[in-house]
Amino acid sequence: MKHIPWIILAIIGAVALSVTATVRGEQINALWIVVAALCTFLVAYRYYALFIARRVMRLDPARPTPALYRADGLDYVATDRRVLFGHHFAAIAGAGPLVGPVLAAQMGYLPGTLWIIAGVVLAGAVQDFMVLFVSMRRDGRSLGELVRMEMGPVAGTIALVGTFMIMVIILAVLALIVVKALAESPWGMFTVAATVPLAMVMGVYTRWIRPGRIGEVSILGFVGLILAIIFGQNVAASPFWGPVFTFTPVQLCWLLIGYGAIASVLPVWLLLAPRDYLSTFLKIGAIVALAVGIFIMAPPLRMPALTQFVGGGGPVWSGALFPFLFITIACGAVSGFHALISSGTTPKLIASEGDAPFIGYGGMLMEAFVAIMALVGASILDPGIYFAMNSPAAVLGATPESASAAVTAMGFPVSADILVQTAKDVGEHSIISRTGGAPTLAVAMAEIFSHVVGGPAMKAFWYHFAILFEALFILTAVDAGTRAGRFMLQDLIGLAVPSFRAHSSLAPGMIATALCVAAWGFFLYQGVTDPLGGVNTLWPVFGISNQMLAAVALMLSTVVLFRMKRDRFAWVTAVPTVWLLVCTLTAGTLKLVSADPKVGFLAHASIFSEAAARGEVLAPAKSMAEMRAIIFNDRVDAALCAIFLFVVLSLLLFTIRTCIAARRVNAPTAHEITPDMVPAE
Amino acid sequence: MRALLERMREMALLMVGQPSYDAYLRHMAQRHPDRPPMSRVEFFRNREQARYGGGGGRCC
Repeated sequence: MKHIPWIILAIIGAVALSVTATVRGEQINALWIVVAALCTFLVAYRYYALFIARRVMRLDPARPTPALYRADGLDYVATDRRVLFGHHFAAIAGAGPLVGPVLAAQMGYLPGTLWIIAGVVLAGAVQDFMVLFVSMRRDGRSLGELVRMEMGPVAGTIALVGTFMIMVIILAVLALIVVKALAESPWGMFTVAATVPLAMVMGVYTRWIRPGRIGEVSILGFVGLILAIIFGQNVAASPFWGPVFTFTPVQLCWLLIGYGAIASVLPVWLLLAPRDYLSTFLKIGAIVALAVGIFIMAPPLRMPALTQFVGGGGPVWSGALFPFLFITIACGAVSGFHALISSGTTPKLIASEGDAPFIGYGGMLMEAFVAIMALVGASILDPGIYFAMNSPAAVLGATPESASAAVTAMGFPVSADILVQTAKDVGEHSIISRTGGAPTLAVAMAEIFSHVVGGPAMKAFWYHFAILFEALFILTAVDAGTRAGRFMLQDLIGLAVPSFRAHSSLAPGMIATALCVAAWGFFLYQGVTDPLGGVNTLWPVFGISNQMLAAVALMLSTVVLFRMKRDRFAWVTAVPTVWLLVCTLTAGTLKLVSADPKVGFLAHASIFSEAAARGEVLAPAKSMAEMRAIIFNDRVDAALCAIFLFVVLSLLLFTIRTCIAARRVNAPTAHEITPDMVPAE
Repeated sequence: MRALLERMREMALLMVGQPSYDAYLRHMAQRHPDRPPMSRVEFFRNREQARYGGGGGRCC
């Protein structure tokens, strides 16, 4: 009897999913996708998550969690599961689930939708939940330590190196998105720049005027943000201030590198903490508003279900559906970075093992829902506008007429007037080749929000609100990520030079910060100066690295299941591991050795180096020095892919070895930490 | 309604790394009645440093 509501839900989901998947040639409503996703997620949570909890992990609600046996009122606090859900979701959801699906829309809405729904249920949510479980049973330790405990010190160090490199790529790609969104946009630039002094005022307020009053100071900051958006329109229109806040991508790149270097060594209360309040609350608010807006507006999907780019050759990113769709949408379907959160603060706050499915599996389902909304956002736009915004300038040319001709030739007719008018509606000079996903999503959000509040006159405000919301939390991530990267680097160098580890001393900290900023700054600069727009090159590298980290987390989970003698159920983690390995190893190898210069880094490098040997300069390079830069960048990217391949393949060997060893023993060998092993605090 | 609002306040604070001060006081009273607990402001600063000092855990 108790299954009947779930059966009804499953039927509704199946109907919605088949409508989404089978209707061709006519527009369907976005709510079909949303309903299909919601029903699938609820049913998956009710049955698959509970199956994993009860049968695979054998969670024991009576067993004390670290929050209980280590309780200190600070790091280890037994927390209400709903409160903890909010904390966990706010920590995992960022720009990733918003950008990836927007980029993936170049193949139509269907491939992305199906991958997000299937990926999260079978891989992403399983990964988050498993890592949370593994960490929760081991004192809330971090992913690197867990790998070391279960797979040995060498595997642990390899995992740490991989994690640091992923961090660098993430920071570079996030910063690139900000550059793409703010370049040549004085309105956007002013509002984002205004958040720096605004956050500092908030910091001073929480430090000296009313210490600890986060609610008050956030309201103050929010009012300041809205004023900055409204005032930004006047700044952009002013003949003096407009040009002052207009920057080229290269200028913005250097500004961001400088910002990252300075912001990450300032005291945390001055800039990072207050900016984090704003970005966190704005993020949650905007996500909720987007969900409400989509339900009220119920827009039709104007993007076709499938485009001709399924087979490859798309302008937004290169490569065919397999394997590149599965690395383009990383966050939202499965994201390795979550393994760091699930083995971070969350396992130290969980009050009962019984809460783990809700937090671990449920939290990731929620993020997948955000990804679905982003995909819907990109798909409700006129496909002509979508491709005009997301194709590189090299394809579109510089004028609305050339862009309109190029996009129409792709099969998505759009007039130059519409491109000009859309830019005008959102208060920008141009929307042509505004790659990176954020501007596209902002146009979509402006469409949805202005439908609910304010009408067309409010579009420009909502567009800049959406840009601000994305830029704000990306800048917070750049700042926080640089700090985190610095500590990772200090720990890694500390393996060779122990004195480098001292977190409090000045010189190692400064050196590590400089190295970290230089590392992501290098890739950012490379992306900004890339003639294909950078996102084209960097996003796949980011996707590959993030999915490889997911594969590592799932391999660790598989090892733990074997060592617990639960190998009967190891398929739960082994199947998604194999799928991620197939996708990332194929994608990584293609990026390395594909003969197609649009896909393979080395093929691209050899075309340019052969031309350079002949003394020719190939477009887009304008000089021999630029030719050499392109060749060098290609080789660095290729080396990076090779290192990622090495990391994941070596960890695969460790995994197989550990699983075989575990099978030879008759008793469980997992290194769980039980309460009696820890002295009471 | 009051309970719901209180829970949402707690959730918002924990999202930015501030656990419940009342829970901390309860813990100190129960387990360490001999030690004076941190004041509300000290607690706030302690948690601020803990969240952001190491870079803070959040995702892309």
